[in-house]
Amino acid sequence: MAAIEILGLEKTYMVGFWRKRPKRALQPLHLTVEEGEIFGFLGPNGAGKTTTLKMLMGLVFPTSGTARILGHEWTDPEIKTQIGFLPEQPYFYDYLTAHELLDYYGQLSGVPGKDRKRRVEEVLQRVGLTDIQGVQLRKFSKGMLQRAGIAQAILHNPKLVFFDEPMSGLDPLGRREVRDLMEQLKQEGKTVFFSTHILSDAEALCDRVAIIYKGELRGVGAVEDLTSTVQGKVEVVWQGTQIPASMKALGADCHVTGDTVRAVLAENQQDAAIDALRRERIRLIAITPLRTSLEAYFVEKLQPSKATAGKTVGTAV
Amino acid sequence: MSPRIFHIATNTFREAVRDRVLYNLIAFALLLSGAAIFVGQISIDIERLVVVDLGLTAVSLFGVVIAIFIGIGLVSKEIEKRTLYTVLSRPVRRWEFIVGKFFGLAGTLVVNTFFMAIGVFGALFYVAHKFSKPDALILVALYFIVLEFLIICSLALLFSSFSSPLLSAVFAFSLFVIGSFAEDLRGFAGLAHGVTRWFATAAAYLVPNFSALNVISAAAHEQPLSSQLILHNTLYALFYTAMALSGAVLIFERRNLK
Repeated sequence: MAAIEILGLEKTYMVGFWRKRPKRALQPLHLTVEEGEIFGFLGPNGAGKTTTLKMLMGLVFPTSGTARILGHEWTDPEIKTQIGFLPEQPYFYDYLTAHELLDYYGQLSGVPGKDRKRRVEEVLQRVGLTDIQGVQLRKFSKGMLQRAGIAQAILHNPKLVFFDEPMSGLDPLGRREVRDLMEQLKQEGKTVFFSTHILSDAEALCDRVAIIYKGELRGVGAVEDLTSTVQGKVEVVWQGTQIPASMKALGADCHVTGDTVRAVLAENQQDAAIDALRRERIRLIAITPLRTSLEAYFVEKLQPSKATAGKTVGTAV
Repeated sequence: MSPRIFHIATNTFREAVRDRVLYNLIAFALLLSGAAIFVGQISIDIERLVVVDLGLTAVSLFGVVIAIFIGIGLVSKEIEKRTLYTVLSRPVRRWEFIVGKFFGLAGTLVVNTFFMAIGVFGALFYVAHKFSKPDALILVALYFIVLEFLIICSLALLFSSFSSPLLSAVFAFSLFVIGSFAEDLRGFAGLAHGVTRWFATAAAYLVPNFSALNVISAAAHEQPLSSQLILHNTLYALFYTAMALSGAVLIFERRNLK
C-alpha cells in the first residue's frame, strides 16, 4: 500500500491589495510514496516543498486536487494519530520545558497517560535531551530546538513522518545523528518523507527522491537509477606520484593527491591503462566507472522544462 | 468537553501564569490597600460606597485589559510563531483549538477575578470592620464582570482569527467602549428618524451591551438587583459569546496558515 498518494494537489494564492492577482505556488502535483521508504523531496528555497507539506498537514488548503495518506482521506483528522510532522525551523511554546512540551503533544495525540510518560522519557533519550528536559525551551539553542522538534514528531510512534528541512540549524554531529535516526525509523518500518535542499543528505539517505522547482515536479525516481547513468568514463587510482607517459598518451586527465594519482579516461581505454600500469610495475588501487551525481541530475532538472520554457511560472510562496 | 479542548485550555492558562500575567494582582492589591487606607482617612459614612465603587471598577478594568491583550494574540501569535503547526498536525480540529484557547483565557480571568475579589472584600472589611447583607450584591456585580470578560474574550478571539494583533486590539477596545454606552445608543436610536434610526438601532443591538452588565454603582449604593436581570444577563452574555466564538471558528476553519 502507498503511504502517500498525492493526486493533483495544486495551490494558487491570490495576491495584491485586492487579492485579484493569482500566484501559483504549486502546479498540479502527482506523487506516490511507498510504505517503508525514505523519500526525499528536493528543491531550492521557494520551490514549493513547504507548501506541499503544509497542504498534506491541513495547514494550507489546496486550490484543487486531493491526497490519500496511509490509505485514508487526507482530511480525516484521525489519520493524524499516525503521522508525525517537523515543521521548518520549528518554534515551540518557550515557557514549557522539553518534558512538558512532549507531554502536552502526547495529550493532543491521544497517547494514554501511562504510555505517555514512558514515551516522553524514551524520545527525550533518543534525541539526546534527557539532561536538559527540565529547562524551559526559551533557553534552548537552535540545534536543541530542532531536536525537540524531532522528538515531538516521533513521540506518538507514528507510521509516517514528515520532516521539513530536518538538518537545518544542526552542526555536523547533529546532522549525522538525524541521519542515523531517520535510518532507524526506516528499519522500524516507518515511512519518512523529508524535504531538503541539501543534496548530500538526500543522496546518503533516500530510497527515492522527487525534484521540485518553481512549483513544478521536475523528476522522480530511485537515487540509484538517477545516479547510475554511466558517463562513458572511468577513474583509475594508483599508488605513488609517478605518471607514466603511456597514461598521458591514452588521454588520461591525471591529478596527484598525496601519495596517490587519480586519472580519468575514456571507458574504452580502461584495459590499455591497466596494461600500461602493469608494465611500469605500478600498484593499481581502484578502477571506478564515473556516474552522474545527484547534484548533476538536480542541476539538470532545474533547467527550464520544454513545457514551461518561454512562459512565466509563478514562484512558490 | 473533548479532552483536547481541556488540554489546550490548560496550556493557555499555564502560558498566562508563566508569562506573569497574574502579577497584575500585586498591583491591584497595592492599589486597593492604599485606596482603603486613604478613603478611611478622608471620607465619613461613604467609605463602603467608595471602596466598592473603586474596587469593582478596578476589577473590571484590569480584567478587560488582560482579556484584550491576551485575547488578541491567542491565534495570531500562534500563527506568527508557527507554534500552531505542530498542534494542528495532530488530531486536533480547528474549532477545538479556538474553543480551547477561549476556555484557557476565560479560566485565567476567572482566577484573576477571584483573587481581586478577595482584595475588594479585604479592603471593605478594613474600612467597615464587618460584612453586611447588602455586600452580597458585590458578588452579583463580580459575576456580571466575569460575564463581561467572556464576551470580550470571544470578541478578541474573533478579531485575532483574521487580523493583526494591533488591529484586533483597536477593534476589541472600540467595541468595549461603544458597548459600555449601548443603553445610550439605544436611546439615541429611539429618538432618530429614517435611515439614521435604522442604522443606530442595528448598531445598538449588534454591539455588546456592557452597560446592562455594569451594576457596580447599584452594588455600591446597595440597590437591589432582580433575579430576572441575573437570568437575562447570563443568557445574553452566553449567547453573545457563542455567536462571537462561532464567527471566530468559521473564519479560522477557512484560513490558510502560510
